Amino acid sequence: MSERRLPPVTQIGMLSLALIVAGGIYLAAHLPHQVPLTPAIILLAASALLLAGNLTALALVKDFAWGRFFEIARWALLAYVVIAGMIEYAFLRDQVSGGALVVLSLSLVVFALHVPVLIGFTVARYDAEDEPSVDGVPA
Amino acid sequence: MAQAVVSVPAPHAEGPPPGAIERPDFQIVPRAGLVLVAVVLALLIAAIAVNELWPLAFLHFVGGAAWTIIDLFLGFVLGPILGKLSIPARIELTTRLMPKMVLIMPTVVTVTLAAGWQLGNHLGTVQSSYYLHGWLVASYIVVGIMAVIALGLLEPANIAVLVELKKPRPNPQVIERLMKRFIYTAGATGAMQVATLVIMAKLTVG
Repeated sequence: MSERRLPPVTQIGMLSLALIVAGGIYLAAHLPHQVPLTPAIILLAASALLLAGNLTALALVKDFAWGRFFEIARWALLAYVVIAGMIEYAFLRDQVSGGALVVLSLSLVVFALHVPVLIGFTVARYDAEDEPSVDGVPA
Repeated sequence: MAQAVVSVPAPHAEGPPPGAIERPDFQIVPRAGLVLVAVVLALLIAAIAVNELWPLAFLHFVGGAAWTIIDLFLGFVLGPILGKLSIPARIELTTRLMPKMVLIMPTVVTVTLAAGWQLGNHLGTVQSSYYLHGWLVASYIVVGIMAVIALGLLEPANIAVLVELKKPRPNPQVIERLMKRFIYTAGATGAMQVATLVIMAKLTVG
């Protein structure tokens, strides 16, 4: 199976998710004490930068199956917005507030954006441009 | 049931065109299953809202058991069997199994983690003053690694293999590659589930 060269979107995406998870563990491990938010903010910023880098690298790929990518990613986005919303609800239910809530909410935003990118990328990388979409609409 | 064809190198005697085999029609996301998912998520929201011990414990135990068993079964039982099946049998099993996994795994993981976190809050075990706090942090790390593997490798492979199978002429090499990725990552998370079981057993008996 011949494969064209693509940026390491999956690897970078997993690193980005790992940084988000590390920030969450750092905050959760110190409950109920207030801890400096700086490490969690640095991890979140690095994760967001990796997301931006991933999207930029992907945008520069020529002849990428964007039709298929968006077709899949938009539904995945819907699903992960629901999941992120449920986690946010749990934070609010547990009276998480202030800086910790901001960091955790922004982490959820990165999570809810990056996972659909990874799913859309994995599907679209194997897609030929002349393939019709799964709904019968050209990809 | 409607059929479609999948290209394979081997010739075929009758029915579909040469170099093609049949596969059953399927929905990538089974619509009927979405109702069940909505019911389970509604139960989860209700359990968190009332913050009572038994519904939280029930959802956490049931979700955690399902997550562990599915991962271990896929990785160590079904995976090796799948690798030994003929291509038509493999494709038929894949088209019946993977759409269900699209709904089951994210739901089971969300229920286990959300109910587990709320349960920890209810019991006070998530507090850093808890005497087994180190064990709890270890469980966060194990679950975090499993989540990254599942979100970055397993779930995308699951969706991609189904989209490939849905095409008029799917590529068997792509399907095989993605299925290997799915089964290997399920095996890796299954192995990590053993660590989760050790930690949870310690937290239960103290």
